[in-house]
Amino acid sequence: MASTIAARPRSRTGDKHRLRPGSTRRRQHAAAYLFVLPFFAVFVAMLIVPLFYSGYLSFFQTRLVGGVSFVGFANYLHAFTDTAFLGGVARMALFLVIQVPVMLALALFCALALDSGWVRGSKVLRLLMFIPYAVPGVVATLMWGYLYGNDFGPIAQTLRAIGLGAPDLLSPENVLGSLMNIVTWEFAGYNMIIMYSALRSIPGELYEAAEIDGASQWRIAWSIKIPAIRPAILLTIIFSVIGTFQLFNEPSLLHNLAPNAISNSFTPNFYAYNLAFVDQNVNYAAAVAFILGIVIMIVSYVVQLSTQKREKNA
Amino acid sequence: MSAIPATRTRAERRTTPGVRIGRRRKGREERRSSLLTLLLWVCGLYFAFPLVWLVVASTKDNADLFTSFGLWFGKRFSLFDNLATVFSTQNGIYLHWALNTVLYAGVSAVGASLLATMAGYAFAKYDFPGGRALFSVTLGAIMIPLTALAIPTYLLFSSAGLTNTPSAIILPSLVSPFGVFLMRVYAADAIPDSLIEAARMDGAGEWRIFWQVGLRLLGPGVVTVFLFALVATWSNYFLPLIMLNSSGLYPLTVGLAQQQAASAAGGGAQALFSTVITGSVVSVVPLILCFLYLQRYWQTGLATGSTKG
Repeated sequence: MASTIAARPRSRTGDKHRLRPGSTRRRQHAAAYLFVLPFFAVFVAMLIVPLFYSGYLSFFQTRLVGGVSFVGFANYLHAFTDTAFLGGVARMALFLVIQVPVMLALALFCALALDSGWVRGSKVLRLLMFIPYAVPGVVATLMWGYLYGNDFGPIAQTLRAIGLGAPDLLSPENVLGSLMNIVTWEFAGYNMIIMYSALRSIPGELYEAAEIDGASQWRIAWSIKIPAIRPAILLTIIFSVIGTFQLFNEPSLLHNLAPNAISNSFTPNFYAYNLAFVDQNVNYAAAVAFILGIVIMIVSYVVQLSTQKREKNA
Repeated sequence: MSAIPATRTRAERRTTPGVRIGRRRKGREERRSSLLTLLLWVCGLYFAFPLVWLVVASTKDNADLFTSFGLWFGKRFSLFDNLATVFSTQNGIYLHWALNTVLYAGVSAVGASLLATMAGYAFAKYDFPGGRALFSVTLGAIMIPLTALAIPTYLLFSSAGLTNTPSAIILPSLVSPFGVFLMRVYAADAIPDSLIEAARMDGAGEWRIFWQVGLRLLGPGVVTVFLFALVATWSNYFLPLIMLNSSGLYPLTVGLAQQQAASAAGGGAQALFSTVITGSVVSVVPLILCFLYLQRYWQTGLATGSTKG
C-alpha cells in the first residue's frame, strides 16, 4: 500500500496525507472499496459468472443418446463451417460498412450544422432528432413495418397515388436496406447529441482566431472542430459496431411481417436466440454468442487502433 | 488535449450558466443560412414523419386505416375508442404491461444509477490499490455483447428458480458499466478535491461526504445515467422475451410485439392494427416526456462524458 502512494507522489490525496498516520489512509481505502463493492457484486454475478458459464457450456454437446459430453472445440469448428452463422456475420459486416458510416456522417453533419448557429429553430430540431432514441426498438420496428407495408403504408399510398407501382420494401432483396433505415432512424439522433455535446465543450477561442483570419466554416469544421471531438466520434463508432453485431429486436419483429425475407439466421444474434430457444441447442448457441463477442471485441479494437495511429501521424 | 478545455468550460458553466453560449452566439444572429436551415429541416422531417404517422394512425379505426391517406386524419376521430380498446383488450392486460414496464425500468434505473454513482465517485476521488485495474475491467465490459450473456443468465436463473419473476429482468439491468465510466469522468470534474479535504478537516466521515457533498454536485451526471438506464430497461425486449413466459408479467415491448405478431398472422381479420398502433403511442409518451422535462440535466451530463470518451 505504501509503495502505491510513494510511486505516485502527485496522488489526489495530496502530500499532507502522507505525513498522517496510516490509519486515515486505510480508512479511505476501506471507504473506496465499500463504494465500489455493490457495483462489483452485481457486476460479477450478472456479467462475469454468466460469461464464464457461457464459455464452459460452449465446450459441451447434448445428444439424444448419451446425454451431455465434452467435445472440446467442436462447437466452434462447427460454427466456422456453418453457412447460416457465417451468412449472418457477413450480412452484419455489410451492414457495418454501409449503415454505420451513413448514420454517423448524418449525425456529424447535423451536429456541426446545429453547433454553427446557422440554422433556424435549432433547439427544436435538436430535440426532434433525438426523440427516436426514446422510442423502444420494438415500437420503432413495428411502426416502420407498417410504414413499409403495402396495406396502409403511406409510402405505398403515395407512390400509387402518383401512378407508380409500390415497391415491396420487405422483399428479400430490399429488407436489409429497410432494416438499415430503421436503425439509422433510431440512433442517428443519439449519436448526433453525443457529438453535439462534445462540440459545445470546445472553447470558442480555439476557432475564433481562425474565424477572424477568414477561414471558411467548412475549413473550421474540418480542421478544428472534428479533430477536437475525435474521442466522441470514436465513442459513437464503437457503440455502433457493438450495436450492429447485436441486432436482434428489429430483425425479430420484421420476421413476423416478412418470414420469407428474414430467415431465422438473418443476424447472428437472432440465430443464437433461435438456436437456444427454438432448437434447444444451448451449447452451440453459447459458442455462437461467444464467437460473436470475440468478433465485436476485435472490430472495436481495430477501430480504436486505427484512430490512434491516425492521431499519432497527425 | 481535451482535458484542459473541458475543465475550463465546466468551471464557466458552473459559475455563469449560459454566458458562454451567449458570447459565442453574439454578432452571429444575422449569419443564418437558408440552405443549411432547409437541409436540416428536411432531416428533421425524416425523424418526425414516422411518429407523426403513428399519432395520426392512432386516431383512426381499422376501416379508416386502410382507406384514408396515412398522413392525414380519417373520417372518424377514433382516438378515444382506440384508447378504450387498448386498455380493455384481454381484460385490460395492457395496463399490467405498462405497470410492469414502469416497475422494471424504474427500479433498475434507480439501482443502476446508485451503483454507478458510488463506483464512479470512488474511482474518481480515491486512489486505492487495484482501483485502476477494476476500472479497466469495467471499461472492457462495455464491449461484451449483452445477448451473449442472456443465454447463460437464463440457464443460471432457471436453476435458481428466478425465471418468470420480476427479478429476472431487474437484476441483470442493474449493471451499467457505461454509467460507471460516465460518473467517473463527471465526478472528476464536478467535485473539487479541496471540498472533500475541507469536509474531512471538519471531521465528516467518507460516507457522509459522499451523500452530502458529492451527490449534491453530481446531479446532472446522476440524471444522465438514470435516464439512459431507464431507456435501456424500458426498451429491452430480448431479456424479458427469454426470461418471462406468463403474459401477466410482460413489459410493454414483449406485449406489443406479441400483439403485432397476432395481427400480422390474422391478416387484419382480428382488427388489432389500430390497437397495436394506439398501444405503441401510449408506450412511448412517458419516455419522451422524461427526456424533454429533464433535458437541461442530461445534456450537461452527456457533454462531460463525451469530451473524454
